[in-house]
Amino acid sequence: MAHETASAPSTSAPIIEIKGVTKIFGSDVRAVDNVSLEVERGEFFALLGPSGCGKTTLLRMLAGFETPTTGSLIIDGQDMAEVQANKRPVNMVFQSYAVFPHMTVAQNVGYGLKIDRLPRKEIKDRVKEALELVKLDGLGERMPDELSGGQRQRVALARALIKRPSVLLLDEPLSALDAKLREAMQLELVRLQKTVGITFVIVTHDQAEALSMANRIAVMENGVVRQIASPAELYEQPASRFVGDFIGQINLFDGTASAAGEGRVKVTAGPFTDVILEGTATGNVCLAVRPEKVTISTSRPSGSNLIAASGTVTDIAYYGGFSNVFVDIGSGEPVLAEITNSARGVSSQYSQGDTAWVSWRPEDTLLFDE
Amino acid sequence: MSLLDRFRRTGKSEIGPLEYHRRLWLQVTVALTLIFLYAPIITLMAFSFNDSKRNIVWRGFTFKYYEKVINNSELIEAFTNSLTIAFVSTVVSVILGALTAYVLWRFRFPFRSVYEGAMALPVVIPEICMGVALMVFFLRTGFHTGNLVWPFNLSAITIAHIAFSFPFAAIVIRARLESFNTELSECAKDLGASEFQVFKDIIVPHMKPGLIAGALLAFTLSLDDFVITFFTSGPNTLTFPVKIYSMVRFSVTPEVNAASTILIVITVIITALALRLQNRNNMLQAG
Repeated sequence: MAHETASAPSTSAPIIEIKGVTKIFGSDVRAVDNVSLEVERGEFFALLGPSGCGKTTLLRMLAGFETPTTGSLIIDGQDMAEVQANKRPVNMVFQSYAVFPHMTVAQNVGYGLKIDRLPRKEIKDRVKEALELVKLDGLGERMPDELSGGQRQRVALARALIKRPSVLLLDEPLSALDAKLREAMQLELVRLQKTVGITFVIVTHDQAEALSMANRIAVMENGVVRQIASPAELYEQPASRFVGDFIGQINLFDGTASAAGEGRVKVTAGPFTDVILEGTATGNVCLAVRPEKVTISTSRPSGSNLIAASGTVTDIAYYGGFSNVFVDIGSGEPVLAEITNSARGVSSQYSQGDTAWVSWRPEDTLLFDE
Repeated sequence: MSLLDRFRRTGKSEIGPLEYHRRLWLQVTVALTLIFLYAPIITLMAFSFNDSKRNIVWRGFTFKYYEKVINNSELIEAFTNSLTIAFVSTVVSVILGALTAYVLWRFRFPFRSVYEGAMALPVVIPEICMGVALMVFFLRTGFHTGNLVWPFNLSAITIAHIAFSFPFAAIVIRARLESFNTELSECAKDLGASEFQVFKDIIVPHMKPGLIAGALLAFTLSLDDFVITFFTSGPNTLTFPVKIYSMVRFSVTPEVNAASTILIVITVIITALALRLQNRNNMLQAG
């Protein structure tokens, strides 16, 4: 019925349109504040943000468990205002997996089809197919308490995918798994999404998870969408200090900027004076650079237009493939430089208390308007 | 030899913090509780096999009082009445209790906590008060069922039993619902289930251990209730406990012992079943 992707009206229109959606809990808690965004057909879309940013509320509104206070939700060309959760062309993977404990794996997976009163033969075939898809073939007769956490999640996935929804919603699907399994499942989810071609919308607070899986990410804070971009753009061109700080690690220097003509600005921040950067932000600004863009050296770097400062090494954290070196250049927080251990002994050149230079290229610098 | 040595050695060693069996005061407490709890019951059971008209001296083993019980038509009638009442009141109590628990758990409405408290009140109201109140209620409303044909002559007692046992069922089922993960019902709804299908397919199976425990509780409560039954039964309708009471008023014969033993055995079996189901349920939750 409504769950068949074949009934899609056109392939170019976005599968989800969220238009000015606000959700107010109680009298004044704005969980979601005037959010508008579109999700393209076949996309792997992530809603990313710290806990309490409204990402789960937004997902639950898509699923039909919450009603928007204002605004409209359109899924697959159909306005969802009057559509109950059990009639929507979406299915959801819950954070707790919500595997029905009194049903076998096969009964769990086939539940949605049983509700749709499909013939028993078809249910059986499609359950088998779905279990193969999530690599659980042969476990159909198991009870959920005989499964591991990872297997239970696969049951939840198969159960949600079996109805061939237009959109699959995933609420923090990997948060209950241990680190190793989580990484494996990230790859698995991407593979699965490519195989079935269904639009995935995932909610997560884990930026690494979002970066590695999604085609596009919406970063949310306090109910507001701060930026929607591809993972690379989000990381390399964050639109604000919040996004830059939330995604990955970043060095921040507060300062001021004034216009220098031709789309350039002159920035003074911390130990850096009159740095000429491309940009338009003036007044109070924040200069930022990613740690892996920072080069560390024992003597003054030779490049002419490099942004550089010297300081004292305060800490070195060794991670195997890379090391984090913290250099205090007298600008508040020590500068973090991530250096790749591309040859043995790269990071052992530095030890606590040494004087070192940090430098980076102007084009790797980010400038945020405050 | 070596075993004996070990015994001797442990005998002299210091008492460990968890070695309860080596503390005299604990042993005495345990012994006393067991004596106070079970000595009367075991005596009662033992003397049901006593080949004597009186219950004082042991005069040999016999089953004759059990035979007498089985051939006592009034006692059997009272027993049938009790089972019928217990069965009907259990079924109604569990349904009422489950619906009450579900309403209290699922919905928010004004005075919900007041309703919850009022519903649970019969658990703490003294039985004698409930008995008198129900008696007066039936008298005032002219609800005389004692002269109707069987089983309708038991209506008043059954209603009274439902009134005091459904709160127990409701409390047990309500407690069970507290452990329900609401994502389960949302998930079922997400997969297309209607509100009723969610209730039937997901919530009722979750309630099941509570339903069974509540049912067994209601059944045993009804089966051995004396006070409320005494006040609400007419002169012609007897239940098992009331009949035993009337027998005791004349003399405590081994026949009374035999009848009581039967009642104890039934109650114990049902309670054991209830506990087992409860345990299995706990194990499932732990696992």
